[in-house]
Amino acid sequence: MRKRRWIAGIAAAALLAGACSDDSDDTEASGDDGEEAADIQGGLDSEFFSQEEMDAQLAMRDMEPEGPADKPWEQAIQPTYVDTAQYAQPGGGWKVCFSNAATDNPWRQVGFTTMQAEAALHPEIAEFTVLDAEASDDKQISDIESLTGQGCDALIVSPNTTATLTPAVEEACATGIPVIVFDRGVNTDCPVTFIKPIGGYAFGADAAEFLVDEVGEGGKVLALRILPGVDVLETRFAGAQQIFEENGIELVGAEFTEGDAANTKSIVSDYIAREGELDGIWMDAGATAVAAIEAFEDEGLDVPPISGEDQQDFLQKWNDDELTAVAPTYPTYQWRTPVIAAVKILNGEQVPEAWNLPQPKITEETLPDYLNPEMGPLFYALCGCQEMPGFPENWQ
Amino acid sequence: MSDTVRDAPTGSPSSNGLEDPGARSGATRGRASAIVGRTRDAFAATPIWAALVGIVGIGWVVVTLDGGTFFASGNLTNILQRSVALGIVAVGQTVAILAGSLDLSVSYLISLASLVGAETMDGRESMLVPAILLTLAVGAAVGLANGLVVTKLRVNPFIATLGMALILRGYIENNYDRPTGSVPESWESFGYTRMGPIPVSIFLFAGVALIVGTTLRRTRFGYHVYAVGGDEQVSVLSGLRTHRVVIAAHVICSVCAALTGLFLASRLGSGTPRVGTDGGYDLESIAAVVLGGTALAGGRGRVAGTVGAVLVLAVLDNVFNQLELDPFLKQAVRGVVIIAAVAVYAQRRKGRQQVATGTAAA
Amino acid sequence: MTDATLTPPTGPTPAGDVVEAPPRPSLAARAWRSVARSAPIFAVLAVLLVWIAVENPNFTEPPGFLAFLKRAAPLAVLAAGQYFVIVTGEFDLSVGSLVTVTVVVAAQVLADNPDSTLPVIALVLLIGVAVGIVNGLITTRLQVPSFITTLGMLLILDGAVFYWTDGAPKGSLTEDFRTLGRGGVDDVPGLEQLPWSVVVFLAVGVGAVLLMRANLGKQFMAVGDNDRAAGLSGVPVARVRTIAFVLSGVLAAVAGILLGGFAGVSAQVGDGLEFQAITAVVLGGVVLGGGRGSVVAAIAGALTLEALFTLLNLLGVSGALEDTVEGVIIIAAVAFAAFRLRSDR
Repeated sequence: MRKRRWIAGIAAAALLAGACSDDSDDTEASGDDGEEAADIQGGLDSEFFSQEEMDAQLAMRDMEPEGPADKPWEQAIQPTYVDTAQYAQPGGGWKVCFSNAATDNPWRQVGFTTMQAEAALHPEIAEFTVLDAEASDDKQISDIESLTGQGCDALIVSPNTTATLTPAVEEACATGIPVIVFDRGVNTDCPVTFIKPIGGYAFGADAAEFLVDEVGEGGKVLALRILPGVDVLETRFAGAQQIFEENGIELVGAEFTEGDAANTKSIVSDYIAREGELDGIWMDAGATAVAAIEAFEDEGLDVPPISGEDQQDFLQKWNDDELTAVAPTYPTYQWRTPVIAAVKILNGEQVPEAWNLPQPKITEETLPDYLNPEMGPLFYALCGCQEMPGFPENWQ
Repeated sequence: MSDTVRDAPTGSPSSNGLEDPGARSGATRGRASAIVGRTRDAFAATPIWAALVGIVGIGWVVVTLDGGTFFASGNLTNILQRSVALGIVAVGQTVAILAGSLDLSVSYLISLASLVGAETMDGRESMLVPAILLTLAVGAAVGLANGLVVTKLRVNPFIATLGMALILRGYIENNYDRPTGSVPESWESFGYTRMGPIPVSIFLFAGVALIVGTTLRRTRFGYHVYAVGGDEQVSVLSGLRTHRVVIAAHVICSVCAALTGLFLASRLGSGTPRVGTDGGYDLESIAAVVLGGTALAGGRGRVAGTVGAVLVLAVLDNVFNQLELDPFLKQAVRGVVIIAAVAVYAQRRKGRQQVATGTAAA
Repeated sequence: MTDATLTPPTGPTPAGDVVEAPPRPSLAARAWRSVARSAPIFAVLAVLLVWIAVENPNFTEPPGFLAFLKRAAPLAVLAAGQYFVIVTGEFDLSVGSLVTVTVVVAAQVLADNPDSTLPVIALVLLIGVAVGIVNGLITTRLQVPSFITTLGMLLILDGAVFYWTDGAPKGSLTEDFRTLGRGGVDDVPGLEQLPWSVVVFLAVGVGAVLLMRANLGKQFMAVGDNDRAAGLSGVPVARVRTIAFVLSGVLAAVAGILLGGFAGVSAQVGDGLEFQAITAVVLGGVVLGGGRGSVVAAIAGALTLEALFTLLNLLGVSGALEDTVEGVIIIAAVAFAAFRLRSDR
């Protein structure tokens, strides 16, 4: 009997401990606001944050890129070129290798399909070898080691995690083959080029600035994030946080949805119950944007201004329901560029050392250009693939 | 109650993987041939090694047909390197399962160990040994907790270790959100150095497997593990301190998981909150253990089997890599292989049981 | 346990059955004690629901409470299915991936055939039946422990469905299909809308209780308690176990229909659900290893888990600590049940 009470006591104590814990967590978040501050992890307080990088990215948004205007995946913003003559292999018959972090989400899936289509456009690429690391750092390290032993003429890497893949990339560079990194970076300068769109700070800021305009000072915004600790996502949140702080927006919470639609919907409903109403929704990625919208619909409320991404289902809902929304993008056309870079390098042409691609955002005005009801709900409009052979079948 | 085993636990008439030490008289055999004999028995008792040879053969055929080279040194390195992490944790899991228990918390413990280890090392050579000791101690503490909950609180190991997994997960997510800490040069090179095609880290795996395997089969403690896993009631009646055995088994399992975390930290250069879960080490290690012939209910099996199974899985991985097959297809194939292997083992056991008890069909 | 001399060894006692007579208890104390004895989960659930209502007054009104039930319905249905498997002494780890398969397959098929809601529902239910049969056959005929069988099935289902869709779900669920998970019966007197998922949940609950009262239910219990004895007394053990797996599979498909309806297509919809279902069942006092526990308690366990998550969200507890709290509670609940079990004997 005593033991039973004791266990029940532990359970109750655990519950209470959990309930009271948010006070202690507040010391990590915005330290000035001691009372009912929302428990917010990461972002500006995380060690990812770099004001310098953020300012650079925000400035890049206004710069005119070099290169063909109708092919943004070939454009570069303020490039500094490097010579690649030492890698030239005239005559073609190249073996290009690619270490892919994963194909476990629709963004990567669309990107990978696009990349394969790009590789098919270049007859000089005789072999395009791909290893899928299934989102495991350890496997990707082994994959890169494996590829460097296979006589590749060029190696493209999309790292699963920045810090941990750095030694493996350095080892690959040391073998003398040209290494091209894109999407997430690594902490070394040894690759010939590092390709990415402008970046996360710009993405987060685009969305945040839109919400500031629509919601106004003092408005309550809920931030929905996928996962903590992913650098490309942390920067988005940090960018948004700064804009919100500078403009007096109240961030009532920053919750992790794990990219799950049901989770997203439940979280939004809970916040509506808790806060009474929400004036805006900021999302670090658009995969579950429709679920967030539906949370409001199910409660019979109007959908407040919301930021999403370039998925077809979000764009369609935005259009059909005439929502107030914006879609910053992390364009999947960046998957074309590494192949183009590999071709240039193996031809001995110059490439930008830091290849920054333009990062457009979809607004009310430009929405009709990107809407394509033919495509599936998780198709990304900025794939740069609409004119490629095999479209739309290969992407459906 | 004395700690000695007064009567050997009877177990089932069919092979419980435990040979009677008296049957082979050490007096008449030379030591070398005894070792050879024991190794041969180990392989004979674990059909997974025959399967390994078979799979290597099939893999070679398929890859060659596809235009690749199976026995390239890079491949051998890949297979061996990919076995180390899963191998070490699977060896530990073997002990837990043999004792009749189970550990679902290993993947979070691996992540935690990598974080604690890398953070303590902080890039400094001088902190290498203290960090390793501290991390192993943390592992032991988690194992102790698991063991106590399973034995003293009488909680089913599935739930006990699932609960522990959640507790560890909460702790990790609350305190870490990114790669943390850094390992010093010497430890990082441990993860990358190779002697020809053989990665140095394979010796860590081999060492752990040897130590644990020998402990299980040559010491009284090991004997007790099999006894408790085989039949707890009988063990209690024979005077065994079964709780201590189960707790020790859990400690071994968790220390192995912590060691895996340290090894992964050497590969990644730092600790990360997701390295354990990304590798799916909880269900993977259990799969490797049963694939190697150990019974999920406990009391039967050997570390040698687990080692063979880990290599089989690594070869499968490698072949799929070489053929550039869809990783999802690989997952489905893995599922089929696991079920098929365990079904085969179960049929063999049933056959032997029928023969032994005279109930074989005429 | 109180009054050991007066209380006989118990199996699952229906709530309200007063089996002891301590000196001068009040009616309320007696009622509370009988509820707490039969399955403490009901008491815990009641406490949590009251607490939620205190934090969020909307909860006391029908729309608020129904929204909670709507969200909890999928897990409750899964818990019912898992209950059948656990009470016969087995595990079913494949239910999470079966939910994912349901959603992804439905989305894919509906993309090309948007008007075939009913056939698609039939299709996914059939898939659930088929998976259950395979699980059952492998476990009973091939003697593979159900942990391994269903673990292998988890890998096979996940691998196969994403291989089929090239890594990410394609297509989408039509409005019609989503009605069950998202819609409801409008203009019900007293409530604004009665969600279909609540109707399904109640139907499953009632069906499960009736099933357990019927012969088959008693056979489940017998098989879980002592399969040798059950076999010797003529119970077709293998068939009964297989039926349990089939029920689990079908109910997982139903849960998938509800979840897909609720939130739309998602690749992660089934992640971790098998562990949540097992946790819910165990919280309800059903013993792993089989032979004891009531399906109503298992469903109550599911509701308790959802109530716990809702409450923690309302209280603003950080997401990370939710996991730790959940872990401690699971261990405590099972330890508690283990003590009751031993002191009952």
